[in-house]
Amino acid sequence: MTVVLTSAARQEAQPVISGVADCDIHPSVKSMADLHPWLSSKWIEHFKSYGSLRNQHYVTGAAYHKSQPNASRRDAYPPEGGPQASSLAFMKQQLLDSHGIALGILNPLVPSQGVRNLDHSAALCRAINHWQVECWTSKEARLRASIVVPYEDPEASAAEIRFWAGNASFVQVLMLSRTSFPTGNKRYWPIYDAAAEAGLPVGIHAFGNSGLPITSAGWPSYYMEDMVAHAQSSQAGLVSLVIEGVFERWPALKFVLIESGFSWAPSLIWRLDRNWRTLRSEVPHLKMSPGEYIRRNVWWTSQPIDEPENATHVSDIFDWLGWDRIMFSTDYPHWDFDDPARVLAFRTSAEKRQQFFRGNAHHVYGVAA
Amino acid sequence: MKKHVVASTAEIPPGARKLVTVAGRPIVIFNLDGNFFGLFNRCPHNGGSLADGIVTGLVRSTEPGTYTYCRRGEVVRCPWHGWEFDIRTGQSFCRPGDLKARQFNIEVADGRDIVEGPYVAETVSVRTEDNYIVVEV
Repeated sequence: MTVVLTSAARQEAQPVISGVADCDIHPSVKSMADLHPWLSSKWIEHFKSYGSLRNQHYVTGAAYHKSQPNASRRDAYPPEGGPQASSLAFMKQQLLDSHGIALGILNPLVPSQGVRNLDHSAALCRAINHWQVECWTSKEARLRASIVVPYEDPEASAAEIRFWAGNASFVQVLMLSRTSFPTGNKRYWPIYDAAAEAGLPVGIHAFGNSGLPITSAGWPSYYMEDMVAHAQSSQAGLVSLVIEGVFERWPALKFVLIESGFSWAPSLIWRLDRNWRTLRSEVPHLKMSPGEYIRRNVWWTSQPIDEPENATHVSDIFDWLGWDRIMFSTDYPHWDFDDPARVLAFRTSAEKRQQFFRGNAHHVYGVAA
Repeated sequence: MKKHVVASTAEIPPGARKLVTVAGRPIVIFNLDGNFFGLFNRCPHNGGSLADGIVTGLVRSTEPGTYTYCRRGEVVRCPWHGWEFDIRTGQSFCRPGDLKARQFNIEVADGRDIVEGPYVAETVSVRTEDNYIVVEV
């Protein structure tokens, strides 16, 4: 029997386990001047005179207007001023304390990775990584950082990873999904080699500035299409990682696909496996089926969770993909924030909630529970 | 159900709003051209604070390329996911069939009547010469 949950049932908050892990938090600078302590005067002057041009058509800002200021909740401005998520004190109060979050993974989207001048990109990434340690993780024990890398310069990225390797503040290497070449392309392998050497997962967050249209069908007209297209870019990247043999070459390297949905993953695996059965002679370097690689090497974050009319359909997706594969995330302070008390709009066991809200993240990021 | 005095009418001029707590419930009160409306301050979608959302109008379209802007100042948009609600009714414009922001009855009472009761004025000092906003909870 299928039980369709009514809207009243959807609203009912379920008990959340204590010690939630939030796998996608976006700290913000108050202004780019916050990075000055870790930038040379050359780059400070360069930024003042020439800015930081992104690798996209619209060089001075986001290609799509974000519908809310800074793409963020209007109730998340810190009382002392500055943009949303630029105050650690207010982040503690509004996010960590209010939602019982005991582990938070920082994924800074401060403009840096998509900057067209690769030397400038590398300098900004280094500064952002220092800033994460000095201004966030060293002041709040619940937070961990991601090594932001200038991924279109893989050698510089590998150097960045090796610079921070062993620093317990960092639990992940951060890339974005819209890369200039498919994510599994051999040009990016120095990044994966360095991440594997450091024992760090590679997180691939939605967005990015590839220089290419954001969909394979060109530039869409609406922000909503941009939002939906994150799933497409993430799928293309995942297929490339599998087929190019990244998971075969680095069997222990973990990948986390962040903020690009997961409902599509089971069907992608089915389609890949069907094609692999007939076309495997094209990719003799793959020793296992694509599905086997993905279920060994890949995890997903939950936000923004899908909201079908029948909420139990999302439960089916969890079952198909595996409860050990999906990790809770809020995306704080962004406007499409998910609240841990409401994110699962269906009944499930305490054991599965434990995995989703806490256990999977501690396993993937190697943080003691 | 009790009638709670939450503010003087002067505190919420037309176009303004105020977040109050009545019997433990957060309620946001709007003034639309002199009429007062109260909504539960938790968005029925995922719980965002409607008091922090922008007040806006509705963009309507009969076909692609044709747009009209209507209901100016009568719609509140949740600061989280942008769900829009009719301030007058609590009706959702995203899922009009089955999702509503919970509405509270608001009335305006004369200070002279309030002093006589039966009202509960928790944090408002009532003066007989003013008018007051009363929420029924």
